Amino acid sequence: MVGDKSWSSRMFALINGGLLGLFALATVLPFIHVFGSSFATAGEIAAKRFLLIPTTFTFDAYRYIFSTNTIMKAMGVSVFVTVLGTFWSMLISVMTAYGLSRKDIIGRQVIMFLFVFTMLFSGGMIPTFLVVKETGLLDSYLSLIVPVTINVFNMIILKTFFQGLPDGLEESAKIDGCNDWGILFRIVIPCSMPAIATISLFYAVTYWNTYMHAIMYLSDAAKWPVQVLLRQIVILAGGMNFDNSVYTDVPPPAQSVKMAVIVVATMPILLLYPFLQKHFTKGALLGSVKA
Amino acid sequence: MSKPIAGSSWIRNLQRNKWIYVMIMPGLLFILIYKYIPMYGLIISFQNYRPYKGIMGSDFVGFEHFQRLFTSPDFWMIFSNTLILFGLQLLIFFPIPIILALMLNELRSEKYKRGIQTLIYLPHFMSWVIVVSISFVIFTVDGGLINGALESMGFQRINFLLSESWFRPMYILQVIWREAGWGTIIFLAAIAGVDPQLYEAAKMDGANRLRQMFSITLPSIKPVIVVLLILKIGDVLELGFEHVYLLLNATNRQVAEIFDTYVYVSGILQGQFSYSTAVGFFKGFVGLILVMGANWLAKKYGEEGIY
Repeated sequence: MVGDKSWSSRMFALINGGLLGLFALATVLPFIHVFGSSFATAGEIAAKRFLLIPTTFTFDAYRYIFSTNTIMKAMGVSVFVTVLGTFWSMLISVMTAYGLSRKDIIGRQVIMFLFVFTMLFSGGMIPTFLVVKETGLLDSYLSLIVPVTINVFNMIILKTFFQGLPDGLEESAKIDGCNDWGILFRIVIPCSMPAIATISLFYAVTYWNTYMHAIMYLSDAAKWPVQVLLRQIVILAGGMNFDNSVYTDVPPPAQSVKMAVIVVATMPILLLYPFLQKHFTKGALLGSVKA
Repeated sequence: MSKPIAGSSWIRNLQRNKWIYVMIMPGLLFILIYKYIPMYGLIISFQNYRPYKGIMGSDFVGFEHFQRLFTSPDFWMIFSNTLILFGLQLLIFFPIPIILALMLNELRSEKYKRGIQTLIYLPHFMSWVIVVSISFVIFTVDGGLINGALESMGFQRINFLLSESWFRPMYILQVIWREAGWGTIIFLAAIAGVDPQLYEAAKMDGANRLRQMFSITLPSIKPVIVVLLILKIGDVLELGFEHVYLLLNATNRQVAEIFDTYVYVSGILQGQFSYSTAVGFFKGFVGLILVMGANWLAKKYGEEGIY
């Protein structure tokens, strides 16, 4: 195709590349606009509406939203739930997946069916809510974790990966006197790090991004993770009790305060994006082998 | 060995694999408690469930709640809203990742291609709260970028966020923005699997790149497209509760209410546990039939289904 240099094929390449560039630009411009506006002064927001990068920078919006610890607290809750949740989900998922990857287990088919069926049908939101309530998890951070312990899809990816490991590994460990726990933690997990990393990131992003369980199960606003706070401030425009005393004159414009909150909530994902892209792309294809 | 063979091999299996059974136990317990007990809890859709009476003590009312659902004007509203949003997903969203993947495949510079991919995959990792928040600050009447532009060009400001007619365009725009780039991955993988000899042969015959795209690439990935299309149809009721609920407000309810949001509002917010469970049950049951039908079709089409 290198020798293909006719006028029409050059035009085609140019238009094709240009359109894709435009699409990519349309994808990132909103981010840049939000990022830029969060540093804009009140005057600039009022005067110039086309604004990607403001001419004068001010940290007023950030000083304003960090004037109370509301946002930092919500970020802390999100980090806590994400770290603990990912660890817990991985522990249980890996144990279940490894157990079900062993072919000589009685009732293996039945247990697999029980797991797969939950992907097809569920009791739905209300009965699940009632069970969460009955198990005493309402208003506890555990309500964001325990009811979603295993994502069956993730568990099956792990199980498939474990089944692909050479049998010789386990055999030699058994001869060396390892029991099944030893095999799992000293042999199987260290040999499966790529899969473990991918699935951990799947879980972590899900925990970080979820808001629905929080608004269903946590009635105490002091326990909100950052997604719920973001919804409250930007989408419901509910505002929050910031400390106005840090300002001698007027508080920063509502618009740039909202932008600043969005930037803060987006930052962790942006910082992790290089890892996420690498591992998720692999994972998306792992999944599609089945799909 | 005086015990029956079958019995002793059972016991020996349990002894040999005791730790394996212990490992499976927490996962099994989890689905029994948080997946299967709620399925048992669907019984309350046939009762007038009162929390203080419990499932055992509540009165049985048969299909009363289902009758109420099917005769309610709300039912047709939810039903048609669901179908319309699904139609938008199918007609507007579904082709976009295919077109993008075909276009990406035509890029000659590997670097440029990877750059584009990095940018268009990004929104997939953002929560719906962030996606909707960003579109709120951009589309708001109150100093948003879009309305600012409209105004400076001499147009009327449009209240995109509190309007019935703009709900659907906003919904599908957000879906495209978040998922179109990410959706290309599976098609790019399919394109990468096309036999290069086919292209060589086509070039010999004097086919240009556009011709090759339509005569070789597209037909080669057709099976993948068909399977994904069938599976998408099986998911007709899964329109993204987390997403729609963020956009739902009093002004757009007539077009934005779907089954999941209706269950949430009538159940959790208004406390009509039995009625909302019946609505959820209906949705889950239809969803089960659709998914199984779609899988059967996908398998029949010659590809492996997912389950």
